[in-house]
Amino acid sequence: MKQKQITGSEALMLALQAEGVRTIFGYPGGSIMPVYDALYDYTRGEKKAFDHILVRHEQGATHAAEGYARVTGRVGVALVTSGPGATNTLTGVADAMLDSTPIVVIAGQVPIGALGTDAFQEVDLVGVAQPISKWSYQIRHAEDVAWAVSRAFYIARSGRPGPVVLDFPKNAQTEKVNYEPKHVDFVRSYVAYPTLDPNAVAQAVALINHSQRPLALVGQGVELGNAQQELKDFLEKADIPAGRTMLGLSALPSNHPLNVGMLGMHGNYAPNLKEQECDVLIAIGMRFSDRVTGNLKTYAKQAKVIHLDIDRSEIDKNVKADVAVVADCKESLPAITALIDKGHHKAWRDSFLPLAEKERQKVIEPAIHPKEGPLLMGEVVNAVAEAAPDNAILVTDVGQNQLFATRYFKYHHQRSICTSGGLGTMGYGMPAAIGATFGAPSRTVCCFMGDGGFQMCIEELGTIMEQQAPVKMILMNNHYLGNVRQWQDMFWNRRKSFTRMMNPSYALIAQGYGIPYEAVTEREGLADAVARMLATDGPYIMECAILEDDDVLPMTPPGMNVNDMMLSIEDKKK
Amino acid sequence: MENKKLYTLLVYSENIAGILNQITAVFTRRQVNIESLNVSASSIPGVHKYTITAWSDEDQIVKITRQIEKKIDVVKANYFTDDQLFIRESGLYKLSTPIVLENPEVSRTIRRHDASIIEVNPTYSIVMKYGVTDDIISLYHALDEFGCVLQYTRSGRIAVTRGMQEEVSKFLEQREKRLTD
Repeated sequence: MKQKQITGSEALMLALQAEGVRTIFGYPGGSIMPVYDALYDYTRGEKKAFDHILVRHEQGATHAAEGYARVTGRVGVALVTSGPGATNTLTGVADAMLDSTPIVVIAGQVPIGALGTDAFQEVDLVGVAQPISKWSYQIRHAEDVAWAVSRAFYIARSGRPGPVVLDFPKNAQTEKVNYEPKHVDFVRSYVAYPTLDPNAVAQAVALINHSQRPLALVGQGVELGNAQQELKDFLEKADIPAGRTMLGLSALPSNHPLNVGMLGMHGNYAPNLKEQECDVLIAIGMRFSDRVTGNLKTYAKQAKVIHLDIDRSEIDKNVKADVAVVADCKESLPAITALIDKGHHKAWRDSFLPLAEKERQKVIEPAIHPKEGPLLMGEVVNAVAEAAPDNAILVTDVGQNQLFATRYFKYHHQRSICTSGGLGTMGYGMPAAIGATFGAPSRTVCCFMGDGGFQMCIEELGTIMEQQAPVKMILMNNHYLGNVRQWQDMFWNRRKSFTRMMNPSYALIAQGYGIPYEAVTEREGLADAVARMLATDGPYIMECAILEDDDVLPMTPPGMNVNDMMLSIEDKKK
Repeated sequence: MENKKLYTLLVYSENIAGILNQITAVFTRRQVNIESLNVSASSIPGVHKYTITAWSDEDQIVKITRQIEKKIDVVKANYFTDDQLFIRESGLYKLSTPIVLENPEVSRTIRRHDASIIEVNPTYSIVMKYGVTDDIISLYHALDEFGCVLQYTRSGRIAVTRGMQEEVSKFLEQREKRLTD
């Protein structure tokens, strides 16, 4: 029986189909043309398998793939050409690596015969991507396509997820092959799901049972492990208050009684101070980022640390663990819950309340319900959060917009937040929001951006226009790179070195792209404007004129102790 | 940094292009210099063995080892101190034959250090020594006293563990078993 031979490009189509890919974010170019030619057939007519979203810059393709992955839990796909197309994806690859986001980037490459000759648009992509990706591989021949694609998707989504880069030389795209599907779900050198150690579980249980003041730190690992229910079961049985990291915000609903707020530099006051008082700290799928711990020399020294993580290299990396439970938290949490005693920590939980109340009076109320002066970011976020449906997804850019948005948005459902936590990539917001609208078409996607980040991937307005992607863009314009400006004011003698920005007319830009736009300058008009934005089908830009020197508070200055968190700028002088 | 010791990492990987780059990048990222490096096929078909030495403290070498083992195609990575390993390396010394002939102390030194002369011609002689690092260096210093050394080089360290079974074989057995279960 003679099999029909197909090209490597068509093999790629079949391999992507076999992985369940439905949406591809991409940008064509010379070295990926055979794939785009095959894609033509697979995006229409009887062979239609994919929607291809033409982005306006390859960086946008990677962030869109990240947004898509974050809200769906599936692997996001970016398809680009070689050389600059490939290097433009690197920021997104690094971003996905730090934030454990499963994406696969497929990039064209010059034919293998031309490799190493400095051919037109040749870049050693595998070489440059290796340190910032989970796996990078060059598919040198068409016969490797099925195996490499399946392996790439398996590696991207399994264990601790991350980005995979496939470099696809042009000869392999055009070579003919007898296509045979491959399904990789085992790589002998890669232990995606470590075996749960019952001894570690027993030690964790003993510490938890004997603790008087336990505190849980919930990270994105809970979302990635799809273990929101297991987390709730654990917390509720043990009666343990829980702080969430920025990426873990929707792992536990905002209104859950055991939620005590966000951790970290601009998180909530109570959990930051209580990290220094608890006797047992239970870190669940989080990596003790410096933005969470502040000064490691003083961080939670009084506490026994239990660290639940799927990635063994996270154990003892920043904070020494007394007990390490290396496994998927979907497995480790129920194992611990089954063995612990029913906990009663009301007095300890109640001790968070005065701190929360202090923060509410000194920071939150003035931020979300100001009585006078220009608009503040906190009140804009709060207005959107109050009006948005419960299933809304928060997407943020990076900077003050991100810190205010993550602080004041409300999270009711899992997978409700897309933000660049690790790499802190300005320009992430708009393309990630596009990806989120394709991943979760039935949910409202609210994307908060500052005037700096809005302009960093502003070209993606073209994608939003063409796709009519229903991104609700909230542009909080203070004519400053606000977060850097805040640090300059606080730590650099108020020398505002190149943080003030001249802005274009966003009204005219919106008009140029045919996107509905409204400017909000007065407090009185805010709620109605938000309502109009949310009621409008399709994309929308709401530009808010924000107080120029609005500061994000509270704040633990970088490198300081978490219990030195300041509720006001004046605290710094103390 | 006073607690720095010379650690030996034994790393086993699949035979896929670019692994060496990934391993060394873990050192580079932390600005740790690799003292010596040897790559060869291992006793397991398709698996390569890397023997790497570096000065480090234990805290750092643990992190480096885990980051290396985290690479998808790295099968296993472990770190050892010298007492846990049987270690050998070799040194090659190219000496000036006229000086060697002139001064009989040179030959006596070579014999005393248990090294062998493997080639002699009128201009130069080649001496080789197997042993541990210190012995090879000590012969170099002794020969250098005579002013006869034209060239000198030392190989990377090779090492086997003093434990009974190669841990990596056990690991692979367990992995393959899980696949077939």
